[in-house]
Amino acid sequence: MTTTAPAAPPGERARTRSAPPLGNRPSRQWRIQERWAWAFVALPMALFAIFVVIPAGMALVMSFTSYSVIGESQWLGLENYRRLFLDPYFFIALRNTAWYTLMFVPLGLVVALATALLLNRNVRVSALFRTFFYIPVVSSTVATATIWYWLLNPQFGMLNVALGWFGIDGPAWLYDSQWAMPAIVLMSVWAGFGTNMMIYLGGLQGIPPQLYEAARIDGATWWQQFRYITLPSLSRTTFLVSTLLVIGAFQVFDQAYVLTKGGPANSTITLVYYVYTQGFGNLEMGYASAISFVLFAIIAVFAVINARVTGKDNT
Amino acid sequence: MSAPAVRTGTPRRRITAAAWWIAVVAVSVLTVFPLLWTVITSLKPAGDILSGSLELIPRTVTVENYTRVMTEVPFARYFLNSLVLAVGGVVLNLFFGSLAGYAFARMQFRGKRALFVTLLGSLMVPGIVTMVPSFLVLRAIPLAGGNNLIGQGGVGLLNTYWAIILPGAAGAFAVFFMRQFFSSIPAELGEAARIDGASEFRIFAQVYLPLAKAGAAVLAILTFQAGWNNFMWPLIVLNVQEMWTVQVGLASFVTDYQTDYGPLMAGTVITSLPVIVLFIFAQRYIIEGVAHVNAR
Repeated sequence: MTTTAPAAPPGERARTRSAPPLGNRPSRQWRIQERWAWAFVALPMALFAIFVVIPAGMALVMSFTSYSVIGESQWLGLENYRRLFLDPYFFIALRNTAWYTLMFVPLGLVVALATALLLNRNVRVSALFRTFFYIPVVSSTVATATIWYWLLNPQFGMLNVALGWFGIDGPAWLYDSQWAMPAIVLMSVWAGFGTNMMIYLGGLQGIPPQLYEAARIDGATWWQQFRYITLPSLSRTTFLVSTLLVIGAFQVFDQAYVLTKGGPANSTITLVYYVYTQGFGNLEMGYASAISFVLFAIIAVFAVINARVTGKDNT
Repeated sequence: MSAPAVRTGTPRRRITAAAWWIAVVAVSVLTVFPLLWTVITSLKPAGDILSGSLELIPRTVTVENYTRVMTEVPFARYFLNSLVLAVGGVVLNLFFGSLAGYAFARMQFRGKRALFVTLLGSLMVPGIVTMVPSFLVLRAIPLAGGNNLIGQGGVGLLNTYWAIILPGAAGAFAVFFMRQFFSSIPAELGEAARIDGASEFRIFAQVYLPLAKAGAAVLAILTFQAGWNNFMWPLIVLNVQEMWTVQVGLASFVTDYQTDYGPLMAGTVITSLPVIVLFIFAQRYIIEGVAHVNAR
């Protein structure tokens, strides 16, 4: 927490890096620049300290207490964390979040890559379609949720009507504990793939065209080109996109709050939703902090595993 | 070189082209149609919404749903709140983001590295971790909202615009974004001005800042979008209805108007309108900005 205080330890690295660029510059000027630099960063860093660094520290401390806004706060040690392991709702929330992540991340990855491949052409109209593909990203999750609330209406919603054309009797979606989570996944992929598609497009444009030319001369099929040129060249991008997807997936909240309020039959209670109801609904802020730290740990572990799996040879 | 040309003869190429068109149009329908359907539904009278849910051209066009939204809930007030918060967020993030971003990119000072690493690290902490304590910090601001000198007794800055604006004023993302942008402007420019005796602030304000306009524009658009669409934090810190944002208002709408799809869709259209209009006018910047930030 002290890292943001003005007296942050100089450290040898900082010293050598901060050497003035022109060598024998008088140290007076260097000191003036440092004073200005501090004037520039002081206010933003103070806000950052008050609303990010200090709260993060407070959260850690609170997770060991019974803090609940009203009433006395007691030091509980690891009691909150032990309670977690006996709390069936925590495990429901954990299972639901895992289920959401398991569906959302691969689907989001595939859709983003497929649409990016589709748009990676040097034709003018692809810019127009890029705009169309990107449009769901612009709306808020709340607005997207209300749109899908209507699309997913079991009787009159577009989705079930369209399924009916193919003779499929669509489920009740948000009213069915089996289908509520898949519906939220579908909606989230629809709402978010545009951003990742853009990242993939950037990655695709960075692949040297000579590679494909050489492959074509050697008679490689489309699939071979994709498998042996495109995918390996995109491994860095895939690492970035999958990390973003996993981090986002574990923090899903808005959709579950607006569409289902955790129901039906608790099938859409997610971890963040549970932290919200414990912390701000039941005012059990100590316990809520403990859950949020467990969530933090889970995300950190996944980020590391992901780095091992996807980013092995390029980080 | 002629071999592949023979292989992709005209008929085959035509099939590929046709398949491409079918695919992009199909995806576009999937992405654009739900929005269109929302607008169409919002213009239908209550009686037609369910019975004629699939009719793309309403039998009767009405603005009844919009007038209901504006009169039955204070949507105009929500709209104003959202506007103030989003614009306030843009102004402060641009200001603090450029100041700190410039210092991190082009100035030397002790502790710079440690500070920057902390800043970057904070981007990885899930938002929910800091929400509970940030709520308590805002509640305990001294002398605000009926609080005494030590921040007790009242509600502090909760239920005010400050509760949204202050925590988001110097976002780590804004600082990082502007730093990346300033780093791409040659350091020699500043050195030259420094030799001419310009003060550090003048170098920032008159040499670098004008060159960073494009980056600032992208940041402004992205910040506005994020601020306008923000939901969870306003939901937590704004507990009086007259302070609600459009997002919070719309969410409570879903609970109160469960099957009243007309007003619900009208509210959705009003909520999405500013960001969609902004997107249409600034799409090139937005799309390039997204690609730019994430490519680094």
